[in-house]
Amino acid sequence: MTLVAGLFDISTQHYFVVGALLFTIGAVGLLVRKNTIVMFMCVELMLNAVNLTFVAFSKALDDAAGQAAVFFTLIVAAAEVAVGLAIIVAIFRRRQGVTADDIDLLKG
Amino acid sequence: MDAILFFGFSAILLSAAIGVVIARNPVHSALFLVTTMVTMSVFFLMQDAPLVAIVQIVVYASAIVVLFLFVIMLLGVDRHESLDDGRRFQRPAAAILGVLALAGLLSLTVGHWQLGGHRLSGRSISDNGDNVRPLARTLFTHFAWPFEVTAVLLVIAVVGSVVLARRSSRPAPNPDAANPLQQGSAR
Repeated sequence: MTLVAGLFDISTQHYFVVGALLFTIGAVGLLVRKNTIVMFMCVELMLNAVNLTFVAFSKALDDAAGQAAVFFTLIVAAAEVAVGLAIIVAIFRRRQGVTADDIDLLKG
Repeated sequence: MDAILFFGFSAILLSAAIGVVIARNPVHSALFLVTTMVTMSVFFLMQDAPLVAIVQIVVYASAIVVLFLFVIMLLGVDRHESLDDGRRFQRPAAAILGVLALAGLLSLTVGHWQLGGHRLSGRSISDNGDNVRPLARTLFTHFAWPFEVTAVLLVIAVVGSVVLARRSSRPAPNPDAANPLQQGSAR
């Protein structure tokens, strides 16, 4: 009974569970997809899960540092997307495809 | 009321995230990504982080996803993609790794833990209901050095993407002629 009552009393842990689920979906998506653009989107999902955890801790501790950390994650995500998509465009020019299986020049 | 909002938006968030992974068309993936970003900003609002919620919509749902869509349309890869797996072990391995990662994260979350009374920035997230002022003071005092480092990172990213995406004046060599030892077909 207390478990059911605790389930509907939204606490910090609820947000952590959602963050964990979202991170896992992103990680599995990164592993199973072959389109590099969709792989980048899965990385964004993982970064978002971390952002959710940062904000949840920020609320739990009443500390502005967690929300400040979200800004740094955002900046890193923006830089990653800019450079990553430039790499994808450069690869597409040479190979006419963005599938990760095609990019195997380093394979022995 | 809180529980209804939380579980409703959790369902939207997680199903949209699954949609990003299983959509065959990259454009659909990008649109599912917008859904997850907007839902995430609702979560930020529910956790007393209005500025982060707004920045999430402005930067993520607008700028980053538009960049994704722009590249998808530029390259013309907005066709349906086969989800069939060429390598048989890849999908079971991903499932096993996903279950392991989820078990680890959930055991950390649901297990016994407690928060210390320690504040890193020494500032509350709300200064008489104002979220922007404590956040700005934290960023420009306590995190001033990381903030400058991110400025350098952004400059490097801009220069790097310009260098990478620039069309070379020399004709690109034929990729197949350049590596005669390559195994298998490119497509």
